[in-house]
Amino acid sequence: MSVDSSLRDHFERGLDAPICLTWELTYACNLSCAHCLSASGRRDPRELSTAQALSFIDEVAALGVFYLNVGGGEPMIRRDFFDLVGHAIDRHVGIKFSTNGTRIDAAAAARLASMDYLDVQISIDGADAATNDRLRGAGSYAAARRAMEHLADANFGPFKISVVVTRDNAAQLDRFAAIAEYYGAQLRLTRLRPSGRGVDSWADLHPTREQNRALYHWLVDHPNVLTGDSFFHLAPLGQPLAGLNLCGAGRIVCLVDPVGDVYACPFVIHDRFRAGSILDRGFGELWRSSELFGAMREPGHAGACAECGSYDACRGGCLAAKFFTGLELDDPDPECVLGHGEAVLATSVAIGPRPSPDHSRRRALIPVRASLG
Amino acid sequence: MSCTARSFAPDGRWALDERVSLRDESFGALAYHHQNRRLIFLKSTTLVELVRRLGDFDSADAALDALVPARERGRYARALEHLAETEILREC
Repeated sequence: MSVDSSLRDHFERGLDAPICLTWELTYACNLSCAHCLSASGRRDPRELSTAQALSFIDEVAALGVFYLNVGGGEPMIRRDFFDLVGHAIDRHVGIKFSTNGTRIDAAAAARLASMDYLDVQISIDGADAATNDRLRGAGSYAAARRAMEHLADANFGPFKISVVVTRDNAAQLDRFAAIAEYYGAQLRLTRLRPSGRGVDSWADLHPTREQNRALYHWLVDHPNVLTGDSFFHLAPLGQPLAGLNLCGAGRIVCLVDPVGDVYACPFVIHDRFRAGSILDRGFGELWRSSELFGAMREPGHAGACAECGSYDACRGGCLAAKFFTGLELDDPDPECVLGHGEAVLATSVAIGPRPSPDHSRRRALIPVRASLG
Repeated sequence: MSCTARSFAPDGRWALDERVSLRDESFGALAYHHQNRRLIFLKSTTLVELVRRLGDFDSADAALDALVPARERGRYARALEHLAETEILREC
């Protein structure tokens, strides 16, 4: 789906309510992935109670939000997970949830398979255990594959396999596609951002320019692979990829975190992009009239990209990628396919901001990265 | 009354599929189909009204006659055809 420019202008000024929003249910997680975008690990004692979460779902339903992207942390760790998901679906708010799969046994798979309007995304970040477990921790690949087996056995239908494209797995795209085909699943590839613990791992893990170019052409050749609209920074390489091809932060999407704080997008969990708390003002009120979102809906400034003929294709790229690499928001994307971002990064003395808050376990078992050689 | 998605015949009776959520926006409306997960943009308020009220008429032709200026009829008939293909509309 590509979108004409008049509609894109509407989106840039912000919709009356988000199309979808990401809701991280908990910061608790039993894994400690090196690139976790929400720096999850420990539960936050202030996380929404079941009653607060149910009332948030009611408000979202009243606003006409079509679906919730539920994540975490590991969302299935919450004891009320099925209650919350069921409540949303009963109110015609679809659920797409991301999980590491460790909690999907045969019984959970059967329960998930019985629910309409529910999509499951199982995350793997390598097409084999060695590649995956280096990032996601020992045993995580086997656990994810077990979850896939359970979903397939329960006739869930086409679940999704979600992969963050990294320097290590960029050459494995065909193998991911083969795994998806084996299960009758849909492959979903998304962009690695320097968010959360990615602040520390992004420089080593983000795809090279060559890999990004190959990725772009692979995506053009595989239009059925989902991308969450996350690769629009690659658009100057040719025709735009399917999707809205713009930064939707605060305009068509946003994030509600486990304690009810609203951020412009899932990749900018930082005070600078915090619009407020649903416990203080209510979500609808924040969406419509927070100062932060108002500012983000102003027409964009091409800034350092003004001279570049490709600005209309990529719109300067990803806000989060720039922010957490210490770039200005009107600088080129750090992974600009024309190399403009690398040039700015090379001369930048700024140190990127740290994630705030950070819920990493204090003695997190963050896998040590083997040298690239 | 059973409704099924099928190829668009304007003399048939059509209605918004009950699995679709329609939400007004300044440019028209967004339609989201919960089953096939498609998001569709209705880029005119006339089209939104036509889609909302389609089920009140005996045929899509009758709805087009009543709700759309004659000279724009072809354009709106094609829009309905597209919405039938994407299962936003069902024949009743």
